Order: sequence, then structure tokens, then C-alpha cells
Amino acid sequence: MPDTTIQDTSPQDGAYNYGYLDEQTKRMIRRAILKAVAVPGYQVPFGGREMPLPYGWGTGGIQVTAAIIGREDTLKVIDQGADDTTNAVSIRRFFARVAQVATTTHTAEATIIQTRHRVPETPLTDGQILVFQVPIPEPLRMLEPRETETRTLHALSEYGVMQVSLYESIARHGRIAKTYNYPVMVNGRYIMSPSPIPKFDNPKLDRSPALQLYGAGREKRIYAVPPHTPVKSLDFDDHPFEIETWTESCALCGSTESFLDEMIVDDTGKRLFVCSDTDYCESRR
Amino acid sequence: MSTTLLAPGFADPAHDAQRLFRSVLDAFSHPGRIVELHDAPAGPGTLSPAATAFLLTFADRETPLWLEAGVDKQEVRDFLRFHAGTPLVQAREAATFAVIIAGGGEPFAGFAIGSDTYPDRAATLVIEVPALDGGRATIWRGPGIDGEVRLAIDGLGDGFWSAWAANHALFPCGVDLVFASETRLIALPRSIAVEA
Repeated sequence: MPDTTIQDTSPQDGAYNYGYLDEQTKRMIRRAILKAVAVPGYQVPFGGREMPLPYGWGTGGIQVTAAIIGREDTLKVIDQGADDTTNAVSIRRFFARVAQVATTTHTAEATIIQTRHRVPETPLTDGQILVFQVPIPEPLRMLEPRETETRTLHALSEYGVMQVSLYESIARHGRIAKTYNYPVMVNGRYIMSPSPIPKFDNPKLDRSPALQLYGAGREKRIYAVPPHTPVKSLDFDDHPFEIETWTESCALCGSTESFLDEMIVDDTGKRLFVCSDTDYCESRR
Repeated sequence: MSTTLLAPGFADPAHDAQRLFRSVLDAFSHPGRIVELHDAPAGPGTLSPAATAFLLTFADRETPLWLEAGVDKQEVRDFLRFHAGTPLVQAREAATFAVIIAGGGEPFAGFAIGSDTYPDRAATLVIEVPALDGGRATIWRGPGIDGEVRLAIDGLGDGFWSAWAANHALFPCGVDLVFASETRLIALPRSIAVEA
């Protein structure tokens, strides 16, 4: 197995408070997180701050991580399953610098995993916290643009519009064609956006022993799924929820069970399928 | 002029608050789990260290606090005003946080329960109990609990669990509770159904 330890150490930056955010901001975010845990799937508004990176690069996830992280934590950051992509590397280095935390690429060693659009293949355990970066927290937004209206629909648990959109997908394509950001019902009460993870990952959210926190920076919302909480992907009796399958296996580790990325490897269009989760893939080689 | 000394707050504010927050987050994500707060400051004495730690971790100038008569003492008010900057309020409905002594009637009456559109705007009540065991047996079920947990929190009044059932029935509205005893606490979010 290759050595995947990454040297992220850099001099402590004394110009910032621990974890970048000031204590007042952290308390505000921490209060929002407690309410998010108390009402699973409900989006709690919070006073999002400007972060030193643009919206869309994980400002929500970073603020959640900054509010929870401490010196005893070990942080893992993934972007589409990979530890070595730009977004993941820069966020990991950011926290190594402003929070002086240990970082890792190994899922099992991490206490906090910040993720953009994947859930690790390695099953999570009690005590781990998975922090999702969320672009659009409102699952009904594409169906109803008005915030006042979506808020009322959530209050009344009036989700017919979502079922209709899934039905229209079946009418048009013969199946539910949504492959990522697939809506879920949390604890039988709130419809929630699981963030743009592939629907392949939706079953991992259901009754996970880890705590799931979701942070949306531009929209300034935090929501959560506590451990052991039922998370059901929406479907119909005659069109049950299904995840993606591949006829190929991973070209590097041979896995037939993980989420595969398709890569074009030469000018003649030769294709290769490899695991999206780099840590999982490396641990199997 | 009084010459009483203020009890110290956090020795290391950023890190103490972070560790205590994670303990409380652990309690909220695992309702019924007894969480030990190792860094809880002793506080002014009238409050338990667990309640003191909770308030120093979460309360500030944005969170009005309501104190029950039994803990509404000068040393407590001075301590919380100095270390947390918390405004103290007389009206229950204005409070974000409250400290209540177990055993009284109508423990949740009058506190903010949030609204259907903003259920997060509900109060969190810290209930001071004599012990986290030895009381009436209860079974808790809901998000964060793998199956069920059995608890017997001591010192709660007769009508407490029926009042809780009414609060739980308001979901997604309703108050959230923290039971504090010495340096330990248990969280009870509104999502949890309790069989008593």
C-alpha cells in the first residue's frame, strides 16, 4: 500500500482566532447546529460569514467544520471522493494552518470528514462527523422558486409537488432519471436535499452511526441528520429506488462494489473505470 | 459595596468552549447518552458545573436567559453577565435559554416553541436534577437512538413526562432539554418520544 500521508503542516497563523472564525460566530453556528440536530432535516438559517474562498467552493462546509473542529481532531477532506483534488487539498491545508489539526486521507482515522459530493465507501462509525458542502439546500427550489412558499410547504409537510416531479420523470423517461442530489425523507417528516452526492450514496445516509451535518454558505443554511435516523429515498411502489450499477470493475483495485468514474485515457477514446473514492481504492491495491 | 469575587470562567476560552460544545453535540446526537464534561468550570456554586459549562459555551449577548427563582441569585447573575454578557429576562417567552430546577409544575409552559415555518426559534431549557439515575424508569426512542435507551432521571415532578409527551407532540415545534447534574448531562431534543 502506498504511503498516503500528506505533509500539510505550515506555521501556526497567530493573526487569526483558532479555527479562523471568531468566538461569537462559532457560538452562533454551534447553536444552529444543535437546533438542526433537534429537528432532523429542517434547514436552520444562520448568519453565514464571508470566507476566504468563493461561494461554491465549500464556504458552508468550512464554516460548519470551523465551528466544531478542535486540536484533538483528525480531519479528512474529499472532493468527489478524492483526497488529492484542488478543493480538498486547499481546505485541508486551510485547517492545518488555522486550527493546527492532524489531517489524514484514511476514512477510518478521521474524526471529521468534510466532503464535496461523495460519502466514503468505508462504513463510518460512532463518533465520526460527516460535513457536507451544499450548493442549494432547498430540495423544492427547482420546483418552487419562492422561499416563503417552500418554507410553508415544509411546515405543512406538503410534498405533492416533489412526487409529481418524480412521476413526470417516469412519464418522460420510463424511470426516475435523477442520478444525483436525489431527494430523501428524513425521519418521516422533512424532505431533504442530500447535496449533489450520487444516488449511489443515498443508502449510506440511512441509519448511519455517524453524525451528518450539512452547510450551505451562499444560502446560509445548516441542517443535520443524527445517527441511526431513517433516511428514505423517495420512490413509488411500482418504481422502487435503485442505485447505479456497472458492468465493469475498477481498473486499479478490481472493486465491483464502489462508485466508479469513467476516464478517457488516450486520443482514440480508450476508456477506463476507476473508483471515485481514492482512499478506498488505494487500501485495496 | 460588595467585595465578593467572581468565580472564574473558562481558563482557555476558545479550546474549552470547543471541547464542551463537542460533548454537548455528542449528547444531542445521542439522546439519553450520559456525557461527562471534563473541563466544566466550577462556576458560582448555585449552578451545577454542567449547567455552567453549557451556558458559557452557548450563551452570549444574543441569547436572553431566564433563571428560575432558586438559581436567580446575585452571584449567578454577576457571573453570567460578566463571562457571557447574557441579558437576563423575566418573561419566559423572550428566553433562548433557561435554567430550571427539577420538581416544579408546568416546567415548559410559556417558553418559545418556535413556529411551523421556523421551528428552530425555540428555547433550550437546562434542567438541574439531583441525579441522572434512581428516578422513574423511562424508555426513549427517536432520531439518534439505536433502538431504545432506558433512563431513570431523578427528581422530576409527577406531571413531567406527560408534559414532555405534549411537547413532543408539537414536533417540529417544541422546546429542547438538557438534564444537568454535577459535571454530567443528558440531552433530550423534542424529536424523542419518551415512554414513562
